[in-house]
Amino acid sequence: MSAKRTKRGVASLLLAVASIVYVSPLFIILFNSFKSKTYINLSPFSLPTKETFAGWENYLVGINNYGFLQSVGWTLIITVGSVFAILLFCSMFAWFITRTKAWYSRVLYLLCIFSMVVPFQMVMFTLSKTADTLNLNTPWGIIIVYLGFGAGLAVFLFSGFVKSIPLEVEEAATIDGCGPLSTFFRVVLPIMQPTYITVGILQTMWIWNDFLLPYLVLDQKHYKTISMTVQMMRGSFGRVDMGAIMACLVMAVIPMIIFYLAAQKHIIEGVAAGAVKG
Amino acid sequence: MDKALRRNLPIFVLPTLAAFIIGFLGPFFMGLWLSFCKFTTVQDATFVGFTNYVRAFSDMTFLGSLGFTALFAITSLVLINVIAFALAMALTQKFAGTNIFRTIFFMPNLIGGIVLGYIWQLIINGVLAHFNAALAIDAKFGFWGLIVLVCWQQIGYMMIIYIAGLQTIPGDVKEAADMDGASGRNRLFRVTVPMMMPSITICTFLTITNGFKLFDQNLALTNGEPARSTEMLALNIFNTFYGRVGFEGVGQAKAVLFFILVVVIALIQLRITREKEVQQ
Repeated sequence: MSAKRTKRGVASLLLAVASIVYVSPLFIILFNSFKSKTYINLSPFSLPTKETFAGWENYLVGINNYGFLQSVGWTLIITVGSVFAILLFCSMFAWFITRTKAWYSRVLYLLCIFSMVVPFQMVMFTLSKTADTLNLNTPWGIIIVYLGFGAGLAVFLFSGFVKSIPLEVEEAATIDGCGPLSTFFRVVLPIMQPTYITVGILQTMWIWNDFLLPYLVLDQKHYKTISMTVQMMRGSFGRVDMGAIMACLVMAVIPMIIFYLAAQKHIIEGVAAGAVKG
Repeated sequence: MDKALRRNLPIFVLPTLAAFIIGFLGPFFMGLWLSFCKFTTVQDATFVGFTNYVRAFSDMTFLGSLGFTALFAITSLVLINVIAFALAMALTQKFAGTNIFRTIFFMPNLIGGIVLGYIWQLIINGVLAHFNAALAIDAKFGFWGLIVLVCWQQIGYMMIIYIAGLQTIPGDVKEAADMDGASGRNRLFRVTVPMMMPSITICTFLTITNGFKLFDQNLALTNGEPARSTEMLALNIFNTFYGRVGFEGVGQAKAVLFFILVVVIALIQLRITREKEVQQ
């Protein structure tokens, strides 16, 4: 028995070391963000010293010169708006096409599945032109693009769940005098709560971090997401301010870590549930 | 009920359908058509047949990126899945701290590809600097850099799926294997792995399609350097579209080929692993 216990102790220890190595990249950018910019590339692995310490300067540059906080705001608006639209409209859509036995319901379902496999590059050029023509190049317009492009996975997951709801529940509601709309909102929607969480989490992780779609669709003069701001700090001509980049990387990671720690149980369950249906 | 519901079709179907047409169906079919055209904007397209496809295949950078991407996708598929599976096996044992370890290994998954790319660029260049080297010097640094990056990002995600799978294996199956005196190795390959095939199907599907579609990480970490030798398919297509005027048609033809490739690989992969799934 004690041999087994030692074995477990060793396993614990090994995994503890692996975990520390695993999170170390995040700590490296954290302490580099407090070094003045000229010292970062020279010795990225040394902690800030009295000489290299820069205080909050890099953060202030990131916020004042690169408009980082604005990009956080736009990313938040786009993510919340798109996820809300996807949850509401795709669940209604999925319930409809699962419960009606018309030919077009089947066609719509298959089209949604198909859209999940198509890589973004296939539609990137034509989508950005379409969005321009229809004036969807604002954070509000891009919500429509996300609803369209995110529909595949959402409809697939919702309709998988709808199939598992016994029809009797909905029929009872109809007998009690509910029309389709009130049946959906009063009966189906509450039952589907776990799927709303799964879909909401998967879509949030995608849209918050997405780069290419907003980069091609949004009017960059007025609106930038976090990923766009970080990419442009590096990609734009002229000098690269490593200090400001480090600060912005830290500020980009923090909201996601807060989101993760707050909703960790749901996120891990959501990922597992989303995959099992796939 | 079917009838009453159908009368409400506009409310339930139209919002998503309209967005689906604008955001996916329209651009998809337009893209298919434009791959046979010469154009710089969508309005000035003229039909040119298969010219764009011929030019795509005679583009050495495209073929180079195809090879690089295939090698990358296979390497990352093997590494991510083996490590994630091993971690899942370890973390479903009973010992202190398994929940904290799960939390930590999953965390990088929430960070966006662009941000990941710049985090690792600093670290990898910092290590290489000790050997007087840098990411932009040799394609093999870029290749392994990208592998380390996607492993860091995706191992936790796949681990969660494998853990969920391991927890569905009924205890009596394991007991039966123990009673029959199965060795650790036999237990793994004759019992656990076959029972886990549904999870393996999903994870290999996700890792291989992620590998082929990788873009953000590639753009941020190496941007194709040195001399486009670490440019993957998605980035190659992007650069064809937006790098030079007059190559939009070629870019679209490459995108169609890319789409077909991803679908074919997904179908082959599903076929191979689905065949090995056992009935419980």
